[in-house]
Amino acid sequence: MGYIILEELKAILPIWHNMKPILEIKNIRKKFDIVHNRQPYLSLRDSMAALFKQSGSTAEEFYALDDISFNVNEGESIGIIGKNGAGKSTLLKILSKITPPTSGSIISRGRVASLLEVGTGFHPELTGRENIFLNGSILGMKQKEVKSKFDEIVDFSGTEKFLDTPLKHFSSGMQLRLAFSVAAFLEPEILVIDEVLAVGDAEFQKKCLGKMEEVGKSGKTVLFVSHNMGAVLRLCSRAVLINEGKIVADSDVQNVISQYYTLNESVMDQVLLSERKDRKGNGKCKFQKVWFTNKEGKVVNGFQSGDYVEINALVKAEDPNFERDLYVSVSFCNALNERMFSLGSGLLNKKVHINGLTEVKWIIDKLQLAPGEYMGDLFLFETIGGYDMYDMMEQVFRFVVDEGDFHHSGQLQSKGRDMFFVEFDVTSRQIPLNK
Amino acid sequence: MEYEIKPQEKISLGLKELWQYRELFFFFTWRDIKVKYKQTVFGFAWAVFQPLLMMAIFTVFFGGSSQEGLPYEVFSLSGLILWNVFSTGLSNAGNSMVTNANIIKKIYFPRLIIPISAVLVSLFDFVMAFIIFIPFLIYYHIHVSLLFPVMLIVGLLITAVSTFGVGSLLAALNIKYRDFRYVIPFMVQAMLFLTPVIKTPPDRWKYILAVNPMYSAIELFRSGFNDKPLEYNLLAISITSAILFFVIGLYYFRRTESYFADLA
Repeated sequence: MGYIILEELKAILPIWHNMKPILEIKNIRKKFDIVHNRQPYLSLRDSMAALFKQSGSTAEEFYALDDISFNVNEGESIGIIGKNGAGKSTLLKILSKITPPTSGSIISRGRVASLLEVGTGFHPELTGRENIFLNGSILGMKQKEVKSKFDEIVDFSGTEKFLDTPLKHFSSGMQLRLAFSVAAFLEPEILVIDEVLAVGDAEFQKKCLGKMEEVGKSGKTVLFVSHNMGAVLRLCSRAVLINEGKIVADSDVQNVISQYYTLNESVMDQVLLSERKDRKGNGKCKFQKVWFTNKEGKVVNGFQSGDYVEINALVKAEDPNFERDLYVSVSFCNALNERMFSLGSGLLNKKVHINGLTEVKWIIDKLQLAPGEYMGDLFLFETIGGYDMYDMMEQVFRFVVDEGDFHHSGQLQSKGRDMFFVEFDVTSRQIPLNK
Repeated sequence: MEYEIKPQEKISLGLKELWQYRELFFFFTWRDIKVKYKQTVFGFAWAVFQPLLMMAIFTVFFGGSSQEGLPYEVFSLSGLILWNVFSTGLSNAGNSMVTNANIIKKIYFPRLIIPISAVLVSLFDFVMAFIIFIPFLIYYHIHVSLLFPVMLIVGLLITAVSTFGVGSLLAALNIKYRDFRYVIPFMVQAMLFLTPVIKTPPDRWKYILAVNPMYSAIELFRSGFNDKPLEYNLLAISITSAILFFVIGLYYFRRTESYFADLA
């Protein structure tokens, strides 16, 4: 009995397993001087001129990372997420010793291999075989290691036919596959990966993801930076959300991802719908803004397949005395602007009462869209006494759907070729054979 | 294996780390040699053609009289093959950080490996050219002293040390101040005339010219097969200056290397 409690405690407290975390990141800050209106690199003349000038006139300090602290335990897979320019890549660069922090320190208790870009050090003039050895060596593998894994690497990349052809004659897809394959067979204690999955065809991406999952399960510590929430969800158990150089959230991956969505500014902040000119309608009422909220009522800009979704729109009547019931509709289109579905109030035999400022809310209990990027159009109209368009605008919002556990089966539904997910069941029964 | 990543405080040689990455020296050198002669019909022969052609040109314009007791062909070729180690090594090392910027920005390894490999590549070219130089010694019946191998090795050592010193200094400066991209070729060209490659410079300048380590490196190399007595005080000046360049270059490189990725 006591033993079972101990085992449970071990599972709850990772510290029990391993007293010291494999990575201790303490108060890391990284400062860059932004130089305005000058060449990206220094010239000697500028430096000499600066000797005679009071400095600081054109430079501005910028903290790419501002007091970042967290620990990583052995065997953990951590996703690092955040918007573009949040400081994720800078953090990875510091972790992999490419650039030093301005202050703070990191204690590392294992060999770090970083994959900030696949194919670093590949040379177009060298053959595939030669590049495997060169790249392996640059990534920190011993020649012996590369030799022993050579066949596996080639096999995984599927480029065996071209091994003795200069890399410049490879297609870019093949170069990529070869590059990922070399990196996939690295065996560090800590693997740092940045967005390598953003490339390659769907099939190879899947293969890469599978390989990385395998790496994570083999007990290696993985730090993974990506904008692909599905990949993060699949690979990581914990996530750290960075915004403007600071840690905003650090907890289990599902939790952090929903916070990530709330972090993104939704379209309404960028474009004031009331100001848009590309609209049709009689102008008596106008959509002012549109936004999405999640189950907790928080404003978000992305969902996972299967999520509860609320679409909100603000309608303003130009004339304060205006009062009328109108049909309202929102349509969803995919990235190719193909109509997915519409939520017209007429379908439910409903109208909304518009008077002064009105908030309209659509509720989707379970989002059936497959992962991807979607846009939407808004309509406000009347059909009594002839069709009368009050206000209509195309592409009023844009949002992402990431992979989610639509069927509550414990696995994420990836895009594949499907556009929608539908709830269903499968049954079977045995039919007795006729004698 | 536990280590700490923090802002740079003190500068060390990092020899232990260089040793851990020893295979990378080989790979970078191998890559540069391989790439240099890829898709050429003559391949490695180019390492030989270049000094031979230069020698031919020099002989046409400056030849005729013997220099330092050597036929002009032998005099200029011997100077050229060693000079080329310095000139190509220096320009390649000096530009190495900029040309390898994409790797520097993405992967960590001791940065010193790159300029050192650049020097190793030019030493490889020397070996190729030296093979061609030997028939010249035989053809012109040059008397070679027993000490020649020693002179050769010491001469090469001075060359390599000073090439690396100046090269790594320029590499570090170049990544910060791109002006050096233009300084390097000019510098190499100007120095050719200050070194006894084409002609022995006037005697009265020799104490100043010896500050250029290549001055004595070439004289020392030649002393293995000519009868001109070696001037030890000049040799001392050159060696001191080579070591000084080496220390300054290494120090400045190590001091600034952690920020290369931010500047590249």
